Amino acid sequence: MRSFYLCRLLAGASVGILALCGAGAASAADELNALVWCDHSDPNLLKPFEDATGAKVNVKEFEGTGAGLAIIEQSQPGDWDVMVIDSIDVRRGVDRGLFAELPEDKLPFADLFPEVRMDGMTKFDGKRYGITEKFGYNTIGFNKAKVDPADMQSLSVLTNDKYKGRVAIYDYYLPVIGLAAMSIGKKTPDITEADLPAIKEVLLKMKANAKAVTDVVSSQTALATGEADVLVGGGEWVSAVIAKENPDLDFSVPAEGAILWSQSLAMFKDSKNPDLALKFIQYVLSPEGQARLATSACYWGMPANTKAALNDEQKTILRFAEQPEFLKRAQPYPAPSEDLDKKMQDVWTEMIQAQ
Amino acid sequence: MSAARQPIAAWASVSPALLWTLAFFAVPFAAMGVASLFPKGEAGLSLAHYTQFFTNPSYWRSLTNSLEVTLIVTAISVLLAYPFAWILAFGVPERWQRLALMLAVLPFWTSYVVRSYSWLLVLAEKGIINDSLLGIGLLSEPIQIANTRAATVIGFVHFFVMLLTLTIFANLKQLSPNYRKAAADLGAGPVRSFIHVILPLTLPGIMVGAFLTFVLAIGDYITPQILGGNNELLMPQLIMMQIGRRGDFAGASALSIILMLVVTLAYFLCARWLKIERA
Repeated sequence: MRSFYLCRLLAGASVGILALCGAGAASAADELNALVWCDHSDPNLLKPFEDATGAKVNVKEFEGTGAGLAIIEQSQPGDWDVMVIDSIDVRRGVDRGLFAELPEDKLPFADLFPEVRMDGMTKFDGKRYGITEKFGYNTIGFNKAKVDPADMQSLSVLTNDKYKGRVAIYDYYLPVIGLAAMSIGKKTPDITEADLPAIKEVLLKMKANAKAVTDVVSSQTALATGEADVLVGGGEWVSAVIAKENPDLDFSVPAEGAILWSQSLAMFKDSKNPDLALKFIQYVLSPEGQARLATSACYWGMPANTKAALNDEQKTILRFAEQPEFLKRAQPYPAPSEDLDKKMQDVWTEMIQAQ
Repeated sequence: MSAARQPIAAWASVSPALLWTLAFFAVPFAAMGVASLFPKGEAGLSLAHYTQFFTNPSYWRSLTNSLEVTLIVTAISVLLAYPFAWILAFGVPERWQRLALMLAVLPFWTSYVVRSYSWLLVLAEKGIINDSLLGIGLLSEPIQIANTRAATVIGFVHFFVMLLTLTIFANLKQLSPNYRKAAADLGAGPVRSFIHVILPLTLPGIMVGAFLTFVLAIGDYITPQILGGNNELLMPQLIMMQIGRRGDFAGASALSIILMLVVTLAYFLCARWLKIERA
């Protein structure tokens, strides 16, 4: 068994070495190194670009901006060409001098939903460093065959004992703390340290009703297997991808609103293939690229481009027609200072540890 | 070889291992120790992360959770593995033992992550266990097993029973049958012979397996994350949480150092049994 473990370690090390080799090899002019979330690894998204340009796209997946920035810190300048990043975290890359200015005139800004252009988060000193490519909501996901959909139209469901033991909470403190704040009438950009005790109270009530605090895959599994009927922090990103298997999975944007998540594409300042990097961003933002990204095998989400070439069925699943109404009620991700961020994470830790 | 050259030859023979340990353990460990003293957003040295760990009950609790889970897993694994190893060593004919051992480790040829998710489906409300118990009328409604500490323990035990079985099996096979015969000649029954002769002689094997189980389980992230439903945090989960969004490597380093100290303490507690030479 010790040798079994050794094999696992060696296998891991080999994969790491191969990954490094891959990154090194990717400096060739016809290769693009992309630091991405799992939705960009879908061959259905990448292949048309590779076929059209003759370039090879090497993807490296990561979860969480901190982990992504750590990968960059351990890389050489020029190793990476493009990056997918939370729109609220584009600033973190800009502050580190990582990103190049994007040419607005070569990207379809006019076609984006106005609410997701996120200039405040992606544009600094008049220069644009990120472009929103996909968005959605951290809100209430649910199985409409198992719950009363009317109950899901209010954030009071977060603390409603009616669904005790049938609730899962998405394990990401920023959006769920945002939802908790909204449930007590606080707008997400206005959250301060003084609000944390009241927010903690809501979180503890939520935890008392919850069966589990789940990551992306476990959230999908929980809803798909019936382990949970309500997912706090869920949305189209969970229910849409498994909608065909279970059409009863749905999401609401309650009267109080929902948290708008959005992911951006950024180009590295030290990219060795800036032209190819820009072509990739243009492809992803094109109607075809947007449709493929929106319906990626890993998770679905709304395309930022209003002209995305989605078919009617896909639009229905994503509730495309309702977006203007949803966006009116949506509030941005909390974007706390470093200090408040740490305190929010500590409150989240307390919630998970509460029995 | 002259006496003067012997130390040089000895150093030359161990230097690859020393260099390996230096490069891949000592230096990274020291770097982690230094990193833990420079909290994110603060200028200069600080013990803030260590202070926080011992003063914040949520952080401290992750260590007690880890210790509780790991000790339960180790105890259950030993209790299950010992009879299993005994049957393999003395109950299975010699010519079938190799095949039996291979069959025993066969499930571990699958991915660790896939196996954990498989357990999640087995233990779910609509999983095989609940369905079976409901089907035969032992339950009137499903019970929650998935997303609990029990699920984490089941996932761990499934893996570590095999690890312990192999170490105990190896120990039992080294045991001369004459010990049991001598004990019987002196009037000891099977139970007395086991308690006073066999068990003490196999204790090193048990302790080696138990220590490995402890070390591997207390540092494991995947099993509690997938099967425990994040209803409580263990140390590895708390460490990962520091890195995920905030990229707080100083905080993660401090927690990792604390975990390392716990493992070191466990080693010293078990050290008297963790001998390489045969008893």
